Amino acid sequence: MSSTTPLLDVSGLTKHFPIKGGFPIKRTVGAVQAVDGLDFQVAEGESLGLVGESGCGKSTTGRLITRLLEPTGGKITYRGQDITHAGRRDLAPIRSEIQMIFQDPYASLNPRQTVGKIISGPMEINDIDPEGGREKRVRELLEIVGLNPEHYNRFPHEFSGGQRQRIGVARALALEPKLIVADEPVSALDVSIQAQVVNLLQKVQRELGIAFVFIAHDLAIVRHFSQRVAVMYLGKIVEIADREDLYGNPRHPYTRALLSAVPEATVEEEPRERIRLTGDVPSPINPPSGCRFRTRCWKATEKCASEAPPLVQVEGNKPGHLTACHYPETAGTVPAPRLSKDPEAAA
Amino acid sequence: MFRFLVRRILGAAVILLIISALVFVLFYAAPRDPARIACGKVCTPETLELVKKNLGISDPLPMQYWEWLKGLFVGRDYTSYGHCDAPCLGYSFQSREPVLDTILDRFPTTISLSLGAAVVFLIFGVGTGMLAAVKQGKPLDKIASSASLIASSMQIYVVGVFATYLLVDQLHLLDRASYTPFTDNPGKWFSGLLVPWLVLSLIFTANYTRMTRSQMVESLTQDYVRTARAKGLSRRTVFFRFAWRGAMGPIITIFGLDLGVLLGGAIITESTFSLQGLGMLSVKAVGTNDLPILLGVIMVAAAAIIVFNIIVDAVYALIDPRVRLA
Amino acid sequence: MSTPFLSVRDLKVHFSTEDGIVKAVDGLSFDLEKGKTLGIVGESGSGKSVTNMAILGLHDPRNTALDGEVLLDGKELVTATEKELEQLRGNKMSMIFQDALASLSPYHTIGAQIGETYRKHTGCSKKEARERSVEMLRRVGIPQPDVRVDDYPHQFSGGMRQRAMIAMALVCDPELLIADEPTTALDVTVQAQIMDLLKDLQQEFGTAIIFITHDLGVIADIADDVLVMYGGRCVERGTKKEVLQTPQHPYTLGLLGSMPSLDGPVDVPLSPIPGSPPSLLNPPSGCRFHPRCAFAGQVAGGRCSSERPALEFVDGRAAACHLTPEQKRELFSDYAAARTH
Repeated sequence: MSSTTPLLDVSGLTKHFPIKGGFPIKRTVGAVQAVDGLDFQVAEGESLGLVGESGCGKSTTGRLITRLLEPTGGKITYRGQDITHAGRRDLAPIRSEIQMIFQDPYASLNPRQTVGKIISGPMEINDIDPEGGREKRVRELLEIVGLNPEHYNRFPHEFSGGQRQRIGVARALALEPKLIVADEPVSALDVSIQAQVVNLLQKVQRELGIAFVFIAHDLAIVRHFSQRVAVMYLGKIVEIADREDLYGNPRHPYTRALLSAVPEATVEEEPRERIRLTGDVPSPINPPSGCRFRTRCWKATEKCASEAPPLVQVEGNKPGHLTACHYPETAGTVPAPRLSKDPEAAA
Repeated sequence: MFRFLVRRILGAAVILLIISALVFVLFYAAPRDPARIACGKVCTPETLELVKKNLGISDPLPMQYWEWLKGLFVGRDYTSYGHCDAPCLGYSFQSREPVLDTILDRFPTTISLSLGAAVVFLIFGVGTGMLAAVKQGKPLDKIASSASLIASSMQIYVVGVFATYLLVDQLHLLDRASYTPFTDNPGKWFSGLLVPWLVLSLIFTANYTRMTRSQMVESLTQDYVRTARAKGLSRRTVFFRFAWRGAMGPIITIFGLDLGVLLGGAIITESTFSLQGLGMLSVKAVGTNDLPILLGVIMVAAAAIIVFNIIVDAVYALIDPRVRLA
Repeated sequence: MSTPFLSVRDLKVHFSTEDGIVKAVDGLSFDLEKGKTLGIVGESGSGKSVTNMAILGLHDPRNTALDGEVLLDGKELVTATEKELEQLRGNKMSMIFQDALASLSPYHTIGAQIGETYRKHTGCSKKEARERSVEMLRRVGIPQPDVRVDDYPHQFSGGMRQRAMIAMALVCDPELLIADEPTTALDVTVQAQIMDLLKDLQQEFGTAIIFITHDLGVIADIADDVLVMYGGRCVERGTKKEVLQTPQHPYTLGLLGSMPSLDGPVDVPLSPIPGSPPSLLNPPSGCRFHPRCAFAGQVAGGRCSSERPALEFVDGRAAACHLTPEQKRELFSDYAAARTH
């Protein structure tokens, strides 16, 4: 990712939602600091996972990248073009290259449109006529996402939750996008169906070379799907690294706590190390000074309250592994995970 | 709550100011001679001269509006007609009386009519709606549901005339509609308004029955109702302590709107029952081109609707603690 | 052999709907002892929540047909009157739900809602009930309980609401607690807190817990025994270790294969279960899992689609599957190898 320009380059990305209040006349009295100074890149064909708990700003980030929201500050560059404040007209060509998949497969499909109409919608809007016609393309897409092309004329309610999410994927693929922002694409689905959709997305990413920003709260699924992962907390990235490093050598206390809190479907002979965070995530309206995690961190000192730690390659990190912490965890305390390309070898 | 009231009252003042300015412009900027109109149908040249002078017709429009506004706060002198005390809504040169006096004379009739009917239909409507919700699917529910459907398609002038004919003229059960001030004789006030109240509520009750029923049925499926049952509370307790509150929010909102409908519909109600309220007053004022009265009625009606809405919002907040008044 | 604390035998819950009879639970049996946690796993529509609503008798009798036997401490619940059930609910048995915000009344303070349960079952004064509420809030770890007791649910954070809900369920020291996906809507760090809390409270009071979830990870953390449900029936039952390490039913196997783990292989596809959960209005014949089962073809004579497999005990394990133990050992071994690394 060093010499070539990344597909997506985000720097200092900030989104503050104003809060109206005051007396007797309402005015802006504060802001929800939903996203506050994010820096990251997404290379072509790469999947970047964004994880974090509710209120960490991961969904807002997704909406900023797709420019469903306009950033308050910072810069978003897509293939060298600054789209931070691009207007409707400038965005139009880019909109077809950046697509979004939403969480709720029930709410994000128009119940009064047939599947064919839903999937060909993006082509109509952008006035694109693929070779062989739109209907042929839709049938191809249905095939790709594992649905019966004969279901072209059916309505969304005739499909199950997993199938609807497949329709959402087909719609996102209609314009041959370069980047798909998937916001919790599987969290509304049953476990057995989740795996179907994850496999589908993985196939799409590999075979079509589409880059993903994969937003999810499920750490295991993010690890499975994304080559690089960023952990967010209260509007900031606290740690970003290749998945091997992030899951195997977490340096930020929050990453560590998060990983240790994930329940795993295995019965261990000796219990895993567990870090229990106390309390709740503070309000993004009035986030803690300095390091935002300090109110729940067992290592916090005065320095953490006065000085926000920069997101840097702290000592012991491999290149590309950035951690925002004054007192990073000792490198390599967690046994390196078994990462294998081959299930037989893993056994 | 205090902040809410202050803000809403300030907001109301702004709205009333805008309404008055709009009405003022519409009336007085019309291509006809406003003085001639204000003077009335029987108008001598002398009177016309006086009206012109008192209305300040020669002044530019903003100046006239300013005079009218000023009158609201400090009163206004209408030379030979006399003084109009603050708050002065204007002066009717036809009835030779300050507008406010005329309106205050008629206002209690309309308010008694509307609010009285509202009380009756709220009690009956919400009551039968709740009953229907308890007896979901049973005969009582079905009767209430279909009866309310028929009743809600009725019109005041049909039902009103029919009810007067049947209950008053034929069966002599109730008194003919009339208005006696409450302070004079509460009994007569009540018996005189009973027929219009019943007729009005027959039509409105139906809506409230259906709405209450569906809201109750909806709120009985809420998760917190299930929790309450899981705690060991009886169906009855759950119904009266939990479910109704969920149902009331939307009903109160609609009620606030309906109060406006009642006031706006006063014209029909009052003419059906020959009651001398604001509705009839405005009908008469239109007929005689009495602009100052019309302006006054509009302002009072607007103010009443705004006040009702503030009250409704405050009540909503009392019922639902999640609603923050701001 | 003494009777178990909770014993469910051949429980059936059928709903009559406009489209026909929905067999939401179709012959379910299990036991639970005091101080133990039974995890019930299943996907949406598996009947796991319906079962537990039935234990509390919360289904609307107008459209629900209950059959079978539920014995709580020797007391039969299926035939119990509404009055008898009201005495038990919130008192001897209580329940917590997934969405605490929706499950708590938005119109009453937290304290009022906790105290209400206590007053209903002890008949104490308002003042005593309030004191008890504060004590319960303290016990579930709400800071400043004497102040927060007067808050409304929307003023609490998600984790605190679930704590308050637990306080409300435990206010009368119930002997059976049914937790219906209590942590599903919570963030992982808060989920971990809530599960620790439940474990601590169980140790303290010896409560029997039925923990309903779709997440096998949560089961691994909290349950002693596991019951896997599919299409309204139990497909497998056993200790946590048995079920997670050596599953005996293809569905359990499929669930485990669908979940990526924090240290499993990446860059290989997950092994999901094909298809979708069955419609209970018109469920598949025979074994309800057979249309999605990878091994249905291995059973001779098409029995999977014609004959309902009984929940059979083999080597102390219960599974409802027509495959023979030998077949399972052979067919499931690849998987078992992958799981144990």
